[in-house]
Amino acid sequence: MEEKREPKIVGFLCKWCTSAAADLAGTSRMQYPPSIRPIKVMCSGSVDMSYILRALLMGADGVLVGGCHPADCHYLSGNYKARRRIAILKSIFDTLDLDSERIELKWISASEGKKFADTVKEFNDKLSEKGPNDFTKSWNL
Amino acid sequence: MNKRIGVFICHCGLNIAGTVDVDALREAVGKIRNVVYVKNYIFLCSQPGQEMVSDAVKEHKLDGFIVANCSPTLHEKTFRTIAIKLGMNPYLVEVANIREQSSWPHSKQPDYATKKALKIIKGTIKKLERNIELYTQRVGLTKRALVIGGGIAGIQAALDIADGGYEVLLLDRKQSIGGHMAQISETFPTLDCPQCIMTPKMTEVAQHPNIKLYTYSEVEEISGFIGNFTVKLRQKARYVDWDKCTGCGECIAKCPSKPLSEFNRNLCKGTAIYRDFEQAVPSYPVINKEACLYFQKGVCRVCEKVCPAAAINYEDKDIIKEEKIGAIIIATGYDLMPIQALGEYGAGKYKDVVDGMQFERLLASTGPYAGNVKRPSDQKVPESVVFIQCAGSRDPETHYPYCSKICCMYTAKQALLYKHNVHHGKAYIFYIDIRSNGKGYEEFVQRVQEEEGVVYIRGKVSKVFKRGDKLVVWGADTLTGQTVEIETDLVVLASAMIPSTGSLNLASKTRLATDKFGWFSEAHPKLRPVESVTGGYFLAGTAQAPRDIPETVAQASGAASKVLALFSNEYIESDPVIAQVDPEICNRCGYCESVCAYGAVKLNPKTRIAEVNEVLCEGCGACAATCPSGAISHRNNSRKQIFDMISVATENYDQITTKFDK
Repeated sequence: MEEKREPKIVGFLCKWCTSAAADLAGTSRMQYPPSIRPIKVMCSGSVDMSYILRALLMGADGVLVGGCHPADCHYLSGNYKARRRIAILKSIFDTLDLDSERIELKWISASEGKKFADTVKEFNDKLSEKGPNDFTKSWNL
Repeated sequence: MNKRIGVFICHCGLNIAGTVDVDALREAVGKIRNVVYVKNYIFLCSQPGQEMVSDAVKEHKLDGFIVANCSPTLHEKTFRTIAIKLGMNPYLVEVANIREQSSWPHSKQPDYATKKALKIIKGTIKKLERNIELYTQRVGLTKRALVIGGGIAGIQAALDIADGGYEVLLLDRKQSIGGHMAQISETFPTLDCPQCIMTPKMTEVAQHPNIKLYTYSEVEEISGFIGNFTVKLRQKARYVDWDKCTGCGECIAKCPSKPLSEFNRNLCKGTAIYRDFEQAVPSYPVINKEACLYFQKGVCRVCEKVCPAAAINYEDKDIIKEEKIGAIIIATGYDLMPIQALGEYGAGKYKDVVDGMQFERLLASTGPYAGNVKRPSDQKVPESVVFIQCAGSRDPETHYPYCSKICCMYTAKQALLYKHNVHHGKAYIFYIDIRSNGKGYEEFVQRVQEEEGVVYIRGKVSKVFKRGDKLVVWGADTLTGQTVEIETDLVVLASAMIPSTGSLNLASKTRLATDKFGWFSEAHPKLRPVESVTGGYFLAGTAQAPRDIPETVAQASGAASKVLALFSNEYIESDPVIAQVDPEICNRCGYCESVCAYGAVKLNPKTRIAEVNEVLCEGCGACAATCPSGAISHRNNSRKQIFDMISVATENYDQITTKFDK
């Protein structure tokens, strides 16, 4: 058996803020768990609910969506769209008794390398504690 | 794309190779389906590195390639340029960011850094497999600007564009250009009179060969998009033939109908046939139909009788003109909130409670009393004046939460001018804070406080009421903690600035974004302050938010320079990484239209199928994420591509043995 299981985190990172923050964390040599698997998207508002569901159903232990801070979205309101979508998705999860804490939406600006590293660390720790995502037991893609 | 993919792995010196086992990585990447060529190199971005990539693409007949190196913000363009030189579509080149997002942040876990780099490369290959060739769209443009609003913002913007060599249409709904600045007595902090500093600019506008004036006109309809607008303008019936009129003013002098003068803020009477003010540009009058005796009662026609040029035409009609335009500057300015809403200050009830602009007219040498301050009710010289700042501004409970920005300064100026006018008069100013953050502003306020002896009271006024022929002001001095009662002759309210009355209408015609108060929204609050959210529209002056004259002029020149930059192109080239509709799948629900922040996706009025305007679309992908039927896709970021990348991301790590494993 694995002694310490590393969770799988799929990160949908917006090109303008959070992906740039991840770049900055790297440039600053900040260390964070490699468990995050980044997928760069143009905007957090382009993250379809199905992307999050798909990731969780395919075995991700958590999904991190990173966008620009309110009022800073490169596309004006994409982050608000993401916020609404994720709020809806989380409430659906709660209704179905699924673990909505496995979905995390964070505003991380391009200057917040440290916040990115800290967010990944915290999310990683939380998911390690929760253990493996059991969605895949109920559904099979 | 066809599936001959090359992968180039950069060592970046030891930046990548020091943490990632690049040899193990090369071996693992070589086993991936569709990868026909893998090569490592110490610095891919160097000249020999680029040549190596170029040669390999030719030699191995690659259909597309991946560079696994630093962040795409650094060298994506470098390698896409190589592709263009080789005749390959640049959108078949992708960057796998294995430095910033793997070797550096995981430098203490090199085995993971290698595995993660492989994962990032695999995901990028999956994306590239479904990338399609994209081509930028080129659209021509009309190098002709429309400036809406002829105040100082519009005047400055029009002059700058016209001086740049392009044609400008300057539109104002009033008879004359000049806007609010023409109404002001003197300007802070230098005390120049607008007649001295603005009328030369107005004349320049009138005489400029590149400027076409459309006064007494309004926007009827705007269609099209950046570079290619079609604008319908309604030129209101003037009842005076401006081609014949000489501007002599004989008709104005003889007009027997005396409605209140709008230019003088209803403080005195004007005439039914009028021009806004003496220095009006153009100087030709118009007839106010509502006030004209001939139009209302069918008698009079005095103007017609006295006109030496036979320019009066009672049969005049509105004319709709259509113009082709490339860029539009919104310079629609502001109004002051109607003070009737400030009943606690007696506004609307007492004639001697006036707003800031009315007091400007009382001070102005072109005003109702030729610059001698008199109070409106009985023309008595006011022995004292109480100024109330933040009347409606900074009042989130009942009126507007924002600061109107100019009131601290114009109130200080008005108090100073009043003291210069009525030497023995007393001036009191109620304020919350003094905001004097402009060049020479703080010094000006100091001067008003110290040299002019104006009394500043920090606090708010609770009530203004009448006692005899005096007004009584009740307030609180929050510095001493005492209540204050002042008997005065005149009360001036520095009432809140609000967007001009026409701007809401214009916002709905242009579908431009505004904030909740109606100020036009800029594309980015810090970095794109003069561009509107929608391409081709630019903002100048107080149409965007309260601001003073120097800021307005600077912003107008900024907007004009954006227009000039646009016009220096022969065509508009658009980024092709945008949304795309599959008309076969579109179910005509229109959700895409409602989420698009740029008005770029619209349902075709006939077929009701969504269509993307390739020039307006910024490629955010919000519509694709909203489309319930999956008809809209984000080019080269399609659902299938993201799903493929999710599959890679959620797989277990490949078991690769790296040199770091002991």
